[in-house]
Amino acid sequence: MKADPRGVLTGTHFIDGDHACCEGALAAGARFAAGYPITPSTEVVERFASRVPTVGGSFIQMEDELAASIALQGGVWGGAKAFTVTSGPGFSLMMEHIGYAAMTETPCVFVDVQRGGPSTGLPTLPAQADMMQARWGSHGDYEIIALCPNSPQECFDLTIKAFNLAEEFRVPVMFMMDEVVGHMTEKVVIPAADQIEVVPRKHTKKSIEEYLPYGTNGDMVPEMAHAGEGYKFHVTGLTHDERGYPNMTPATQDKLVKRLQNKIRSAADRICLLEEDSLDTAEVVVVSYGITSRVAQRAIDLARERRLKVGKLRLITAWPFPDKKIADLASRVKAFVVPELNLGQMVREVERAANGKAKTFAVPHAGGGVHNPDEILNAIVEASRC
Amino acid sequence: MLNVIEDSTVNPVEQFLRTDRMPHIWCPGCGIGTTVNSFSRALVESKVDLDSIALVSGIGCTGRVAGYVKLDSFHTTHGRAIPFATGLKLANPKLNVVVYSGDGDLSAIGGNHLIHAARRNMDLKVICVNNLIYAMTGGQTAPTTPGRATTSTNPYGTFEPAFNLPALVDAAGAVYVARWTTFHVRQLARSISEAFAKKGFSFIEVISPCPTLYQRRNKMGDGLDTMKYYKEKSKVKNGAPTGEVGLTLNGEIAVGKFVDRERPDYQTLMRAQYVESLGERYIEVTGEAEPEMECACG
Repeated sequence: MKADPRGVLTGTHFIDGDHACCEGALAAGARFAAGYPITPSTEVVERFASRVPTVGGSFIQMEDELAASIALQGGVWGGAKAFTVTSGPGFSLMMEHIGYAAMTETPCVFVDVQRGGPSTGLPTLPAQADMMQARWGSHGDYEIIALCPNSPQECFDLTIKAFNLAEEFRVPVMFMMDEVVGHMTEKVVIPAADQIEVVPRKHTKKSIEEYLPYGTNGDMVPEMAHAGEGYKFHVTGLTHDERGYPNMTPATQDKLVKRLQNKIRSAADRICLLEEDSLDTAEVVVVSYGITSRVAQRAIDLARERRLKVGKLRLITAWPFPDKKIADLASRVKAFVVPELNLGQMVREVERAANGKAKTFAVPHAGGGVHNPDEILNAIVEASRC
Repeated sequence: MLNVIEDSTVNPVEQFLRTDRMPHIWCPGCGIGTTVNSFSRALVESKVDLDSIALVSGIGCTGRVAGYVKLDSFHTTHGRAIPFATGLKLANPKLNVVVYSGDGDLSAIGGNHLIHAARRNMDLKVICVNNLIYAMTGGQTAPTTPGRATTSTNPYGTFEPAFNLPALVDAAGAVYVARWTTFHVRQLARSISEAFAKKGFSFIEVISPCPTLYQRRNKMGDGLDTMKYYKEKSKVKNGAPTGEVGLTLNGEIAVGKFVDRERPDYQTLMRAQYVESLGERYIEVTGEAEPEMECACG
């Protein structure tokens, strides 16, 4: 279906990534957000707080991130599309509720504008060091989806995508920005509402008598009902059966947790968005994401001036990880170069998926700034010689 | 609606229960089931539309209430029933949102949310079953455990001061504050009915026995002995200053309706502020289905 025009600020704008993310959320149909202030993410909800009363929604600033990350899920079960926005320390506090959203299959979006860590770290400076936390931060086995924009335009476009994926798969989607992308101001084009595809809630059409809250009928994503519609359903973070009732047996656990995993894994090819350049002829492939992909582009250009055969693979979707793509490339390239603003996170995934068939060169950076392109170039040169 | 008793052969509260989930997990002599009975009777008395009720629980013995009531019900995370309920209410203001949880859940791990929801005067009806202990996990000290009580984590007697929950939520701004024990089933039902008629943050504390862990460890007998204790030691003190209703190990239990006042609730204030600032540009959240949500079904 098309976007509700009330939320779409059609036109050409000169705004930063945080503001563009907010506009993406509004265009996607988000009508509820709960937040707690934290640099460098706060501008997203500041703009939302200003805009949303005029489009038929609400924003509440909660008392902490624990509250924000569960209030938004109350909003979802009340019928709204909802999200929250935070940065590292707040993201840490939200972990339990990412697990709750995964377990209860509550479609929602968590925006993390990454800053340097650990702990309070570098509140105003960038990092990409929450990538593993986004995937594994809550306890237990579960799957999430994570997207990584590298420009304000993508903060708009991919926030819509994040909401759409959340609704399609009934899964929490992590929107992994970083401080530079969040505070970078560029041209952002917002199309007309009728040019924006929005995935509606997977609301049940079944009668009250027929409805099974977690019944799947072969489709791995159950249909939802909202509070107040008469379905009188039960939702719990306990292991539950198709009725949504607690059923704490190994068999129910196995069925439920495997479905939560498989509904994402089986659709990984479709969820994995990648930007590719010259992979056919490449001997070395630079794998990057977020702001680092833009720094890496300079290094790739410099390497090509030296006639090195360099390809580019940008992870727009970081999770689920594009295992197949990396495995395929590993069988025909010499090496991967993986620059990222952390001391080695996604590079582990590249290495795992490459499975020894191609070498992997990490280009770590502790955060607080972006790489010097020469650091990446040097790694490309070294990789070309291997 | 269903909530009218017409057939005397049917237990009037059965219609509110997920009977397919019985037997429940609560111990013999536990008071939580009694509170659910009073809650159900309040649903009958108040004639509130059952479809409009959403019941939200946290974690713990009382947290399991959400799983036994035949209502839209949410068993959330430990301490976070109130913020979840806040989100529900804001997304759909037509809902009657009940938070039904225990003392540890609401006042320890969820204490911050409790005081802030009271401060905002969020339109929530909070039923706090206070068994003075962490029961689900085996009888550890709670913020409500009276001094000198023996618990599994204070085997030589507790010594840290306890919360007086009515005083806490009164100070934070609740518009309705009452306390009863599980001996006071009719008074409790009446208070819950009053809370349904009240707009704003209502808080009803129910002192409830945990024979398995609290009563046994403190040599207070079984469930029936506790009923006798509640009967003898409870004193109705409607309108009592909440600062004076703190509990002690074996002492008097002040019960009654302590606070019943008017204060605009969060959404009333929000609407007024937006109307003043935005005028006709303000589009209120009504809880009516959006046209596009109809499309979602198609």
